Amino acid sequence: MALQSQDILRRSASPTQPPVAREHKIEVAKLIDVTTCIGCKACQVACAEWNDLRDEIGSNVGVYDNPADLSAQTWTVMRYNEVEENGKLEWLIRKDGCMHCADPGCLKACPSPGAIIQYANGIVDFQSEHCIGCGYCISGCPFDVPRLSQKDNKVYKCTLCSDRVMVGQEPACVKTCPTGAIRFGSKEDMTAFAGERVEDLKTRGFPNAGLYDPAGVGGTHVMYVLHHADKPGLYSGLRKNPTISPVVKLWKGLLKPLATIGFAAAGLFGFLHYIGVGPNRPDDDDGEDQA
Amino acid sequence: MQVTRRQFFKLSAGGLATSTLAMLGMLPQNALADVRSYKLLRATETRNTCPYCSVGCGILMYSLGDGAKNAKSTIFHIEGDPDHPVNRGALCPKGAGLVDFVHSENRLKHPEVREPGAKEWKRISWEEAFERIARHMKQDRDAHFVEKNADGVTVNRWLTTGMLCASASSNETGWLSQKFVRSLGMLAVDNQARV
Repeated sequence: MALQSQDILRRSASPTQPPVAREHKIEVAKLIDVTTCIGCKACQVACAEWNDLRDEIGSNVGVYDNPADLSAQTWTVMRYNEVEENGKLEWLIRKDGCMHCADPGCLKACPSPGAIIQYANGIVDFQSEHCIGCGYCISGCPFDVPRLSQKDNKVYKCTLCSDRVMVGQEPACVKTCPTGAIRFGSKEDMTAFAGERVEDLKTRGFPNAGLYDPAGVGGTHVMYVLHHADKPGLYSGLRKNPTISPVVKLWKGLLKPLATIGFAAAGLFGFLHYIGVGPNRPDDDDGEDQA
Repeated sequence: MQVTRRQFFKLSAGGLATSTLAMLGMLPQNALADVRSYKLLRATETRNTCPYCSVGCGILMYSLGDGAKNAKSTIFHIEGDPDHPVNRGALCPKGAGLVDFVHSENRLKHPEVREPGAKEWKRISWEEAFERIARHMKQDRDAHFVEKNADGVTVNRWLTTGMLCASASSNETGWLSQKFVRSLGMLAVDNQARV
């Protein structure tokens, strides 16, 4: 099922601009309504089942989080938080995984041409055969999502079920969600639906309810409806204003063209020196050749 | 071909510089990418009901092969049935993991019996299982059937045996189970889903 190159928006470490004629592709989005999530982990199971992943069976760490963290075999995890808000205990459960940023830090940081692709519909996908296992994407990700596999030294993360979406289906986690807390559709529709949810929550004692679609990464294609949008940190340290690390921006933004210019200048200088001054000749006084 | 020492160095340096430039990304490549191929494309799709609880979610089971005589089918993926009115495609974590339940090593695949006093389970045939169960039921019913209560009113009760039904049943099989059990006079009927 080879994709036509026009379906690609961006490609890691590639100076060539991909063809962008298909500009009418619908941008997709997954909306996770944290307020209606019951933490059943059906999404985790459906993800593992569809993607043929089976993580090692871990041990109980005293909380519901299981597995305790994302891994190369676990592309989504529920993170459970007990917090006290407005004098009440609240159990805030967030489904963590790739946010599919419009401006992906992983793609920006990746040095291997074509290892990370952003499709025209917004999905950010890893191409394992081009992955060199350097782990730069991990440092480039503002959400700490990609994980390096110890088995094959390649990095893995949620694909937003790109294989299902490409044939017109919803991701596996969305389909299975029993409470309808995970929804899928066009980014426009999901934003509108989130607006309705937020309005409803505001009348139910959550005046700070809101949509999490951070502008610092150009918006995301996985969005959250939060009861406390003013304090995203309550949800296992969700960042208030996530941005790509300035080091990655500097290295891949400003320094890259400068380094290229320096590289080319060194080559050009060598050539001009050869033309103008000529190659180094051995000194006749050296007498080594005669010896 | 005559290559001097100096020419050899030049050739090597030239080759190194060119390959370095190519590896540094100076070589334009086609921006192609590929999603994982869709794994259900021509798989056999079979509708069924989730065996776990009394909600009775509809499931779609996908198996290898298209039903041809020489292909042995095996289930490799299960997801919710979007056309089923109960769950409309959704499944709980247990239902979402059904494929591992189907292929579980601990799964019971045939009738077994543990004789009185025995420690081990012994495999028996379906025919033997049906016959033994029918024999036990008949003996117990003949011995303990209550036709009339203390006031002489006909009650036709059979209180010493109960029946536990599976949850993966349609309304029709549920109706049939009820007919069968009640016609014997049995009162204790329950469903695996409540266990």
